[in-house]
Amino acid sequence: MQQLRLTRTRRAALIGLAGVLAVSLTACAESKRDEAGGGGTGGTMVFGDTGNPKMFDPVFNDDGETFRITRQMLDTLIQNKQGTAELEPSLATKWESSNDGKTWTFTLKQGVKFSDGTEFNADAVCFNFNRWYNMKGAAAQSQMIYYGDVFEGFAKNEGDAGGDPVFKSCEAKDPATAVVNLNKAKGAFPAAFTLPSFAMQSPTALKQYDADKVTQSGDSFAYSDYAYKHVTGTGPFKFDNWDQGKGEITLVRNDSSTEPAKLDKLIFKVIPDENARKQALKAGDIQGYDFPAPSDYGLLRNEGEQVLIRPSFNVLYLGINQSGNPKLKDVRVRQALAYGINREQFVKSKLAEGSEVATEFVPKAISGYTDDVTKYPYDPAKAKQLLAEAGASNLTLKFYYPTEVTRPYMPNPADTFTSISEDLKNIGITIQPVAEPWNGGYKDDVQKFGKQDLHLLGWTGDYNDAGNFVGTFFGREKKEFGFNNPELFNALAAADGSPAGDAHAKAYQGVNKQIMDYLPAIPIAYPTPAIVVGPKIKGVVASPLTDERFNNVTIG
Amino acid sequence: MLRFLVRRVLQAIPTLLILSILVFAWLRSLPGGPAAALLGDKATPEKIASLNHVLGLDQPIILQYFKFLGRAVTGDFGNSLVSAQPVMGEIGTFLPATIELGLSAMIIAIVVGVPFGYLAARYRGGVPDNIIIVLTLVGVAVPVFFLGYTMQDLLAAPLGLPSQGRQAAGIDATSITNFAILDGIMTGEWDAVWDAIKHLILPAFALATIPLAVITRITRASVLDVFNEDFLRTANSKGLTQSVIRRRHVLRNALLPVVTTIGLQTGALLGGAVLTERVFNFRGLGFLLAEGIERRDYPRLQALLLFGALVYVLVNMLVDISYGIIDPRVRVR
Repeated sequence: MQQLRLTRTRRAALIGLAGVLAVSLTACAESKRDEAGGGGTGGTMVFGDTGNPKMFDPVFNDDGETFRITRQMLDTLIQNKQGTAELEPSLATKWESSNDGKTWTFTLKQGVKFSDGTEFNADAVCFNFNRWYNMKGAAAQSQMIYYGDVFEGFAKNEGDAGGDPVFKSCEAKDPATAVVNLNKAKGAFPAAFTLPSFAMQSPTALKQYDADKVTQSGDSFAYSDYAYKHVTGTGPFKFDNWDQGKGEITLVRNDSSTEPAKLDKLIFKVIPDENARKQALKAGDIQGYDFPAPSDYGLLRNEGEQVLIRPSFNVLYLGINQSGNPKLKDVRVRQALAYGINREQFVKSKLAEGSEVATEFVPKAISGYTDDVTKYPYDPAKAKQLLAEAGASNLTLKFYYPTEVTRPYMPNPADTFTSISEDLKNIGITIQPVAEPWNGGYKDDVQKFGKQDLHLLGWTGDYNDAGNFVGTFFGREKKEFGFNNPELFNALAAADGSPAGDAHAKAYQGVNKQIMDYLPAIPIAYPTPAIVVGPKIKGVVASPLTDERFNNVTIG
Repeated sequence: MLRFLVRRVLQAIPTLLILSILVFAWLRSLPGGPAAALLGDKATPEKIASLNHVLGLDQPIILQYFKFLGRAVTGDFGNSLVSAQPVMGEIGTFLPATIELGLSAMIIAIVVGVPFGYLAARYRGGVPDNIIIVLTLVGVAVPVFFLGYTMQDLLAAPLGLPSQGRQAAGIDATSITNFAILDGIMTGEWDAVWDAIKHLILPAFALATIPLAVITRITRASVLDVFNEDFLRTANSKGLTQSVIRRRHVLRNALLPVVTTIGLQTGALLGGAVLTERVFNFRGLGFLLAEGIERRDYPRLQALLLFGALVYVLVNMLVDISYGIIDPRVRVR
């Protein structure tokens, strides 16, 4: 009996083993899936995205995950030249502003149609501008983050929308000329016309699917069908399908576009976990993904993948809250902090290749950047001396840093904190570390309550304007920095209101110098995020603004 | 039986009501909040305050709760803040994936765990017993996410198994019930069935480890208990064959605690699924929950946590019923 039992057990084990082997052999036989297509025009590219898009009407969105997709379907009047933050024509072949910066005239490309057959012309441009300006409902307006920021107000302000609107009117002078009139000059223009939120959409489709209908459902919002299924633009791809269960968004070539894509199909697959994205690329399930971990660059390259480094368009800074410790009001103390941090070493040892030490709060690619600012090279002796002069040799500072987060400007906050706090300890400062989850109170404590003395934060630019960086940080009194410097606030307001062009750049260069003398915080680094694509993918150009457009992508 | 069922259903109502209060209070006690998470990097304290006002999150919590309850009893849990989709619809879309994964993991755990447990008991103190004990200890101790990453790194490529997702991207499979395997069988799309099975293998094994280890240990202990019972000696002396003794006496009596464990572990699978689904990008309820927590998606979290509680209550009811089937004495009581 026992003999029989053993035999049975063995048989079961053998069958199990055979099963496992069968599964693995069959799987091995199905070798790594070929990167679909087969070379040249056509084929499908699957791209691994970091998160779920909310929906696709870009005016109600402000997140990179959504914009990555809408950028392939919708064109803006002006766009960024691939690989740079420079402006180039898109739906507008030419644009010019009046001397006072209050009138913008766009000469439009001819023969362009939206993918539903609607003609793109000046009427369509004005329809879009008027749509944004006249948007009704608190739910709708509270979701129009970029419109609210750039245009400052609506025809009727509701919800969190307030202030005097920058937009005044839009005239279609002739089918090829649209004139946008503003109530005041705004430094954000013309660069802000490149924002994905301000992409041109088909008036026919917007009306047909009731795109402006944003309703509140309990403590959340619901959008119309347009935003989920019918977004209609002039871009190289058009919407095909969104499979929520699989987390896949499928776009197909828009043959009615003046420059249709080379791929037949472009699929975005949402894979939030970075390691899972890497595995999916290795297995050939996807042909590219966003934000590989800097520590994986070498590994990925060894495996033949292309790691494309994005030129930096962000800044990591060490925030200083002057209303925290009174000693921080003394500029010598702030200078001491700057001299005391070995930023070269930090950038070299902790950040991805291509990253640089930040000398001011705008990256080099931004108009308004200047090399002519006061610099603070690593000099611990000078730092100690400055602290002594300020009577702050025994300084104790509460240093806040976030956890449970990686940002393009801060791939590893804990590492960054350790590196900087060690440097500060070396110059005699006592650090009290405070770690908090990013979505669990960090931003509240730092920006709303100003509980910190020092903190880590950064910013990724939205468009090529220095005001988008320094204006956001230091344009007014804020709990985050705890200072009141009317001179600086006025200089920033004046720079923002200066007409576009050289004068605008000069104004910001002056402000940047002023900021680096006053030193309200310490710019640490211009980190460089990356995008990775498989060996057979051609035509992806890494963009500082994560504005990679896949219209020229070919496979093989 | 009917009275028993009605009583259990009525008991579930206050349980769920209390849970809804706890879930609601817990979510609102978390620092951060949905407005900050929704607005992301560009959030300023002023924008957050305004959005909280628009969303009604600045109202007294009691008022917020009753508004929520009023809508919830009509089945309206609102829209997800992350996906802007109705959360009930999301549960419908994502539940089949979790059932597929959970069921596969449970089948693995039972099919492997019960015989292993029996084997260990049968050879108590021997080599098989020691090996199984060590393996079960490892199974319980290794965190699911660690195991998941290790499997992805070491097994996916050599075995040619997909390391993430539920189906290959762009696969042209018809979706009827959202159960990938079932849909494939119903439509005769065998490629899709095979693809779905391949996608299930690694996450199902990762998710199965803990219940597998627990079931093995409980089976072992339970079988050992039965071995010491007097009625086995009686059965032996009556001259019954060993297979009859095993089936009728040992297994039947040993299974009761095992079934309880299986029930509890099925409920616990939801917890394990959060990590497994996240690691393997297996888009089920666990994935939804993880994303909801990261983004402070109150409507989604409220619905999912209450749904999870409902599943627990239902699973426990099923366990009670199955007691009756296995052991007639329970039915009489």
